[in-house]
Amino acid sequence: MSERKVLQGNIIVAKAAISAGCNFFAGYPITPSSEVAQYLSKEFPQMGRDFIQMEDEISALGACIGASLSGKKVLTATSGPGFSLMQEHLGFAVMAEIPLVIVNVMRGGPSTGIPTKPSQADMMQTRWGTHGDHPIIVLYPAFSDEIFSETIRAFNLSEKFWNPVILLLDEVIAKAHEDIEIPEKKDINIYKEKVNVIKDLNIYDRNIGENPPRVDFFKGYPIHIDGLEHDSHGWPTSDPVIADKMQNLRMQKIYHYQDEIIKFNEYHMEDAEIMVFAFGVSARAALNAVKEARDEGIKVGLFQPLTIWPFPKKALQERFKKIKKILTVEMNMGQIKYEIERVSPDDVKKKTLLRANGIPFTPKEIVNSIREFTK
Amino acid sequence: MNKYEKYIRYQTFPTPWCPGCGDGIVLKSIAMAFSDLDIDPNDIIVVAGIGCSGRMPTFFNTNTLHTTHGRALTFATGVKLSRPDKLVVVISGDGDALAIGGNHLIHAARRNIGIKMILINNGVYGMTGGQVSPLTPQKFVTETTPYGNIEPKFHPAELLIAARATFVARETVNRTIQLKEVIKKSFQHKGFSVVEAISNCHINLGRKNNMKNPVKMAKWIAERTVTKAQFEKMTPAERDHKYPVGILQENTDRYEYSELYHKHIVTAAKESAKKNKKK
Repeated sequence: MSERKVLQGNIIVAKAAISAGCNFFAGYPITPSSEVAQYLSKEFPQMGRDFIQMEDEISALGACIGASLSGKKVLTATSGPGFSLMQEHLGFAVMAEIPLVIVNVMRGGPSTGIPTKPSQADMMQTRWGTHGDHPIIVLYPAFSDEIFSETIRAFNLSEKFWNPVILLLDEVIAKAHEDIEIPEKKDINIYKEKVNVIKDLNIYDRNIGENPPRVDFFKGYPIHIDGLEHDSHGWPTSDPVIADKMQNLRMQKIYHYQDEIIKFNEYHMEDAEIMVFAFGVSARAALNAVKEARDEGIKVGLFQPLTIWPFPKKALQERFKKIKKILTVEMNMGQIKYEIERVSPDDVKKKTLLRANGIPFTPKEIVNSIREFTK
Repeated sequence: MNKYEKYIRYQTFPTPWCPGCGDGIVLKSIAMAFSDLDIDPNDIIVVAGIGCSGRMPTFFNTNTLHTTHGRALTFATGVKLSRPDKLVVVISGDGDALAIGGNHLIHAARRNIGIKMILINNGVYGMTGGQVSPLTPQKFVTETTPYGNIEPKFHPAELLIAARATFVARETVNRTIQLKEVIKKSFQHKGFSVVEAISNCHINLGRKNNMKNPVKMAKWIAERTVTKAQFEKMTPAERDHKYPVGILQENTDRYEYSELYHKHIVTAAKESAKKNKKK
């Protein structure tokens, strides 16, 4: 039987992680994400799973990587300042191709910023935060049932593509207690990895576009894992031909499968002449705004991406064939608007509604913006 | 083939170390300790950070993990907690362990998590070309202290004991048999252990301080090596320039972290869950 409950957003993440089979959590306390750690510190030991509070966020992600390589399904949760500290090891996880899930409950920034107020200003940090070219998957749920399903999806994608996955949450959604229907175990789709028998040290050997196989320590054949650019054995190299191949292997494993990774919701888009592009808590307000504007007879729809990175370029370009107006709503000084500009043709009119003072948009503000856009 | 060579991954040779470097002695000592204890290579993981010491895992035919600068202990913590049955070895240099990784070091010691750390102390950042480290002796000239080092160095053993480490030892690359033996003892210790191996960097430290010959630098180390008993009789001023060797701290009373977690926390949590169900 599915369960109907009133739960805090952070607790929904933790419950979904348990359902996904996550069995290792390392973290460091930070507002507004601490409830994820608190809940798992109580639940995990009861299930014989591992929980550890580390000395900082750098070590938290380090421990997660060590555990992931030892066969565990791992999670950590943090917020802006902690996410900044994690960039070093996020890069390592990308380089060494290690599955893990990082929850970033965004708060006002830069620096320690406004810890108790929401913000959507880590959009570009999730894409380009760690140095060097790297593939990344970023998911962004807006509604309580999506928090559950996207957490499950984050684990599935990280294990399928051997890459870290970042789950973004808004402070208000993470802290709010809301109604949710937790699905039955049999209705939760968990990605099952093929059991990979390691026969030699050639662990990264594959063709471009192919999924990497899972490789772990202690599986009968002692392997090497490195944060340096490496050859197919994992051994350090600075050979330009090998470096080129490895860079492409890592990038292509995500871009080759982006149709499978990219997910979005559309509301009232059938005959829309204006498209609102919004995510997280802004998408909630935008959905109400779209309904209100529709009542006034304005043909407007909402495009709500669940996958932020890779960016839903193809889907948007398809819609730009008909829709010539796009309103981007985001709680920052303008980040995703640049991505919209990049993917939209010149004949598409672009408008933004931006704010970064810790106050979420109201539907009324968005309706006003939609009205202005009709002129 | 010697018995210990089973633990050496010859495919990855040559090493990046300069001729005469002490790192090779440490590599062989660790391999010999594995061999003496006859551990299955698949049951061992060697983890390291960045620097000359950081390259060492590549050359072990065990599970190996080359991590980020100063943070090998954090990766190793995740491994040890996940697989308490495995031998988790961390190799670190003095800059790696005591500058950028200082925080992780004291917390690993405090937790008493069963990681076996080999801290290679050559008193300098060797791989980046010879900059001052937290263990460079005072007055020494390095690439970033051209007028002499004005900072006092850490005493790693004292620091670790204050951080509640349960096994601390020191040896030098001059004393190869003793080095191997003490590494072996540290592997048999249940909690967190650190073996400081004093090594020579004649290229990037010695050269600027009248010791460009490795033998001269080995002699300099030998002159500073004293027994624990000799060291205890010295004044604090005399002690500053000496390295007492042997086991400096050994406490077997405390539980190892992952054992404590799985025995105590998991059991307590399961009992509490049972009680709540009855209610």
